[in-house]
Amino acid sequence: MSTITLSAGGAAVKPRKANKKKAQPFPYILLLPTLIILVVMVGYPVVSLIITSFQHYGREQVFGAPATFAGLENYQTVLTDPSFWMMLLRSFLFMIAAVVATMLLGTLLALLMMRLNKGFRLLVTVGLLLAWAMPALASVAVWGWLFDTSYGIINYLLTQITGSDWTGHSWLANPISFFLVLGLVIVWQGAPFVAFTLYAGLTQIPGEVLEASQMDGATPVRRFFLIMMPYVRSIFTVLIVLSIIWDIRVFAQVVALQSIGGIAEQTSTFGVWVFMKGTAGGNYGVSAAAALIMVVVMLVISFYYVRQTLREDNN
Amino acid sequence: MSTTAVAPVKKNSVSGRKRTSNILYSIVGVIVFFFSAFPVYWMISSSFMSNNKIRAATPTWFPGPGDFTLENYRTAIFDDHRAQFLPALWNSIQVTFLTLIICLVVAFLASVAVGRYFFKGRKAFIVAILIIQMIPGEAMMITYFRMMDGVHLTENVVGLMLIYLASVLPFTIWTLRGFVTSVPAELEESAMVDGCSRGKAFWKVTFPLLAPGLVSTGVFAFIQAWNEFNMALIMMTLPQNMTLPVWLRTYLLAEHGITDWGGLMAGSTLVAIPVVIFFMIVQGRMTGGLTAGAVKG
Repeated sequence: MSTITLSAGGAAVKPRKANKKKAQPFPYILLLPTLIILVVMVGYPVVSLIITSFQHYGREQVFGAPATFAGLENYQTVLTDPSFWMMLLRSFLFMIAAVVATMLLGTLLALLMMRLNKGFRLLVTVGLLLAWAMPALASVAVWGWLFDTSYGIINYLLTQITGSDWTGHSWLANPISFFLVLGLVIVWQGAPFVAFTLYAGLTQIPGEVLEASQMDGATPVRRFFLIMMPYVRSIFTVLIVLSIIWDIRVFAQVVALQSIGGIAEQTSTFGVWVFMKGTAGGNYGVSAAAALIMVVVMLVISFYYVRQTLREDNN
Repeated sequence: MSTTAVAPVKKNSVSGRKRTSNILYSIVGVIVFFFSAFPVYWMISSSFMSNNKIRAATPTWFPGPGDFTLENYRTAIFDDHRAQFLPALWNSIQVTFLTLIICLVVAFLASVAVGRYFFKGRKAFIVAILIIQMIPGEAMMITYFRMMDGVHLTENVVGLMLIYLASVLPFTIWTLRGFVTSVPAELEESAMVDGCSRGKAFWKVTFPLLAPGLVSTGVFAFIQAWNEFNMALIMMTLPQNMTLPVWLRTYLLAEHGITDWGGLMAGSTLVAIPVVIFFMIVQGRMTGGLTAGAVKG
């Protein structure tokens, strides 16, 4: 949830044009603390990451041995590693499934909230809020408990419903069902955010517009795509881009589920893979190269979003 | 029949259909509530049951007074063969509030610069702020660790806080900037015409109008720092230095293949309560702030 960037506040007021001719030092003084923090805490690490990615950098270097230049060797290692491509495929497939599910469910929930009367809407809001507010680690713990091999309620219910014995079925040991559980956690927490934001956007559509379309006999589906969608398109795009970014970056939930009982090699996503190469493998050069590839992938994905935001700032 | 129906009948059938669909929507609403809230209910109810009860062949859907025990909470808080809860709570509080306060002060200054002044490099700064947000923190973990290790700030609240600061600052500046530009500069100018100094005009007129913005952006910094797990996991490894999410993970790691679900659920409840309460209080404000101005009528 850390990287949401929608323009807050009402209609943007143009920043005061420099009405005095000479440059003012004041805005720079205001920016100084930020600049120091960003240069030290973002600039320096990024530069050091780039340098490391071109070096042979292992455990010895951590303890002070000089690192030697490696050229593009680390990038070659990453790009020729079959497990990298498997991981990339896995991350993208999971991301696509999770984003589609989150957006679909979130949109349906927002539309449902539009239709409900006050009391039931409050009920739904409270329920979604509970899911949304749960810290990632706590929600993994709860879902891990629901899907527990021996005492989990899911296995109990499946046994009751299907008649066959599910007791002892391990959901996390199989990569496919591991990602199913992971997806449930992600969608359970992600859909409420989409629903709330979209609902807030939908309520700003003038009532007359919706009523008029209803009078004209437009079907609900047409009403959604032709009347509502144009109003909330910018929110919708931003929500999709944010979901893509969050779901491809999913880290804490994967690590937590793996500690309950997943097989790390077959369930690692992008961030986890980078992390494993570095800490577990002790190969920081390769890890840095993979990390930079990840940065580039993220920048490509968010390019449209950044451009859109900048355009809005100019208007 | 319906093709020849006269107006009043038609009206009736329409409102009748509307009532049925309203009931249907309400039922769907209840189902949604059930599915979204059930895991939370299950977490809390399991946290108050003994591990024997939890592991019974048939689950206890509604624990009665006889099933109630505080044993799990006693274990989670006072058990001393694991990382301790209270130090973890204290670490989390420290790192969260340090991040929150410093972030808000620094971001506030920067957002005034970007939102109120037009200066050389403003555009470049905005682009940098946006792009920095796209750099995944997971990619930087190892670099951060080595950097902090170099200045002896691993296992240190300040070191962790600096990393959180870097991750929440760009977002906070961006959001606050929106709030700053939404307060018309004319308000300030008219106060200056009335004899206020510029600083005083800003303080007395503009700043109070920015308070809601500070609250809603502060929420994100709070939640980010309180819930963050990745960096804390590698930065705070000693039991006495763990933050709450890292402490909670020690429960996820099964001992001899047996997970202490009761203790884990009690711990999860303890970690979740402050955030859930916080969310409940500020929810309207947050989504409101997010979408204001994003809809163009």
